[in-house]
This record gives sequence, structure tokens and C-alpha cells, in this order.
Amino acid sequence: MSRSGSHGAGVEAIVVGASAGGIDAMSIVLPAISEAFAGAVFAVLHLPRERPSLLVEIFAPKCRLAVREAEDKEPIDARTIYFAPPDYHMLVDRGPALALSADPPVHFSRPSIDVLFESAADVYGPRLMGVLLTGANEDGAAGLEAVHRAGGVTCVEDPATAAVPFMAAAALRRWPGHRVLSLPALADWLSAVTAGNPA
Amino acid sequence: MDAEVARRERPSEFDIELQLLLDAIFLKYHYDFRGYARASLKRRVTVALTRLGCATVSQLQDRVLRDAALFQSLLDLVTVPVSEMFRDPAYFRAIRTDLVPVLRTYPSLKVWVAGCSTGEEAYSLAILLREEGLLDRALIYATDINLASLARAEAGVYEVDRLTTFTDNHRQSGAPTSLSDYYTAAYGRAVFDRSLRANIVFSDHSLATDSVFAEVQLVSCRNVLIYFTSPLQNRALGLFREALVPGGFLGLGAKETLRFSAHGDAFSERHRTERLYQKRMTA
Repeated sequence: MSRSGSHGAGVEAIVVGASAGGIDAMSIVLPAISEAFAGAVFAVLHLPRERPSLLVEIFAPKCRLAVREAEDKEPIDARTIYFAPPDYHMLVDRGPALALSADPPVHFSRPSIDVLFESAADVYGPRLMGVLLTGANEDGAAGLEAVHRAGGVTCVEDPATAAVPFMAAAALRRWPGHRVLSLPALADWLSAVTAGNPA
Repeated sequence: MDAEVARRERPSEFDIELQLLLDAIFLKYHYDFRGYARASLKRRVTVALTRLGCATVSQLQDRVLRDAALFQSLLDLVTVPVSEMFRDPAYFRAIRTDLVPVLRTYPSLKVWVAGCSTGEEAYSLAILLREEGLLDRALIYATDINLASLARAEAGVYEVDRLTTFTDNHRQSGAPTSLSDYYTAAYGRAVFDRSLRANIVFSDHSLATDSVFAEVQLVSCRNVLIYFTSPLQNRALGLFREALVPGGFLGLGAKETLRFSAHGDAFSERHRTERLYQKRMTA
């Protein structure tokens, strides 16, 4: 296993967060993840709580990995994309296993991207990749910084071309060193990294 | 590679301090958080550090050991998830349409709301049972480990600005009455009908350290088990299994499941989407 985490080798898990405009952005990013990727993917997309989540129905046909909504204490399967269920935080706990929480919203959001990213950074450390996409609030900025501090690889969608630039810009204000890529470039990069050919 | 593995598995200072804090709390106050799921607990303790003005968990431990009032503040930060009345209305609708016809056949009815926090769930079930004409012959045990929460639950007073959500939820639960029939609003607070409390017993009980105290027909324990590790979940589910009569019902949170539990075989799925389980007659 390579020790150079900065290029994406040895990545065991990927966390992805998005808010406003996120369904379209994730529809480009998640299908780019290669079927050769042997890790797990965790995704938080802010949605109104009342709506029954259709995320699995939307994303399963588009993605090359299995797509599921997280259940509490579910052992993490490789080659699977887990979505946080509406109105719960999704965390990665020791094991690693999935854990849910009904704790208060963070940045008015439950699920919160910060909660997922920070817990995953704690468990996976340098073997984690964090990706933050379009969004209109600052949830995720602290979480992406935590991924970076734990030695993981981080990337934000370029605020110049994001549907809603606020979220990525907030992350860059906290730490300007995140890799910045347009959505198509981000998809290409993710595809290469997960296929085992990091750029 | 070996060095890499060793580095991965070495706990952080925070992890070490958290373990010591949990041991200290158990020894001093007999509250056992050692079986709580670590990721959420870490988050809550991190929040507590900020709120209580401590730089490290060790500093928090030092103060908690010597200051019972500070321990209560920590307990509030670590144990109180905010709930709502009739949270997940479909759950209550399923109880109403699917379980009540069975519950009606019992001459007297006992219900256990485990981890009742500030009482929203217990009052919701009391109101539902009253609407169905069952409250007079029912007794609801509402238990929690946090005495301050229990006192608030017993008072039955909620901020008026929460009532819009409570009322919407209640309406969507298939209720034949209006929630406003059960409270009086004054000075920004809603005081729930004292007569509901006549059939609720609020009491101190720990799913981590206490045993079963009564035989019941329904256990409702929602969004409590998500905070437990699997061994502690199994302990709690074992208590529910023991407390329930054969054919009794267990209601869990919308994303909780018996699938990964040691007690899964003792129950059948009664209502899949609403996470209502029924204890097998032979279990």
C-alpha cells in the first residue's frame, strides 16, 4: 500500500456531500466511480425531511456500485454506495460499521455532511477521500477540513461552475488547499482514482 | 506496513481520555455509557467540551468527578435527543389500525416507553390510547436514565412553538380528535392534561444496567438503540423480549432493525415499514 495519500492510492472509502443542486451533481459524480473500486462510498444529500427518500431509486440504475439507504449498525459492504436516510445523521463507527443518530441538526441539516465526514475521517484517517459539491450552506466545510487533517484526500467542486457555489467556497475559506475541479473533471479524476490509476 | 497497521490501530488521545471518562462516570455515578456507540458519543462529548468550557476530556473528567451539578449538565448533553409528539405519524397510524384491535382484547394493558426522554412519546401513546378508549385500562411505564428529563416529562409542559409540528403529526396519525383537546396554552407554554398522566408512571430505569420490572403488551423504544453498540443493543432487546407477553409488540425507530440482532429470531415482522415487530408465541 502506498503511503502517499495525497494522490488517492490506498483509498478505502469515499464520502460525498451536496445540498442545493446536489441530485444533478451526484448524478455525474457517483456513476463515475469505477466498479473496480473495492471500498465503500457514503453520501449525504440534503433533502426535505417529509419526502420519502427516492435516492436509491434515482441513483441505483445510474451507478456501477450497489446503492442502498443506510440502516443502523449495518456492517459496511465493499462496492456499495450508502445514502443517509432522511432526518437522521449517518456516521461511520468503529468496525467499521454504519451508525445513525437523531441528534439535533447541524447547520440546520439532518443528515449533516459535517457529521458524516468527521466520523469517517476519525475511522479511516488517510485512507479516506472527501468530495464536496454544490450547496447553499456551509455544512461540509468543517467536515472536509477534518478529512484533510486526518491525512485524507479532499476535493471540492469548482465554485466558479457549481450550480450553487456557497458550500465549496465555504470549504475553501476554511482550508484553501482542497483540490478544485469542475464537475466533469472531478468525475474523470474520481473514475481514474477508483479504477486504480490515480492521476 | 506493520508500522502502518500499528499506527492505524493506536487510539487517539481523545479515545483514551473518553474511555477513562466513561470508567470514571461509571465508578462515581453508576451511569454506564461504556456500551454507547462511539461515533455519536464522541460528537456529543466534543459538544460538551465547548459548552462546559473544557479544553480536554481529561479536564472534563477532573471536574465531573468533583462536581455533581456539572455531571448533570454533561448527562443532559449526552443523553437528551430532542423528540416530538407523534414523530413519524405513520408509526402511530400503524399502531392505531394494526395493533389496537389486538391490544383491545387484553383486559388490562401495559405499555413500556423505554428511553422516554422528556415524555413526548409517552404522551403521544397516552393520547392515542384515550382516543381508542383504552387509556382507562392502560398503564404506561415511561423510563429514562436522566432524572432531569423525567421531571420535565412528568410536568408535561412544552414550548408553544413546538405545537405546530406536534399538531401536524397528530393529525397525520389518523387521529379522530384534535390535539388541542389535550392541552391548555398560556404564556408561551402548553400544559398537557393532568388526567393523561394518571395512567403514566415515569421512572428511572437503565437499559444498560437494570432488569425487567413488569410484563407488558407493547414496548415502544424509538431512536434509542441507535446510540448503543451491538452488545448493548442485544442487552436492551433481551429485556424487551423478556418483558413482552407472547404475541406482544415491539416498536423501533424508522431506521432501526432487528436484522443484525441476536434476538431477531424471537420476533416476526408485524408491520415492516413502520418497524413494528411481534414476539413469537414460542419465544
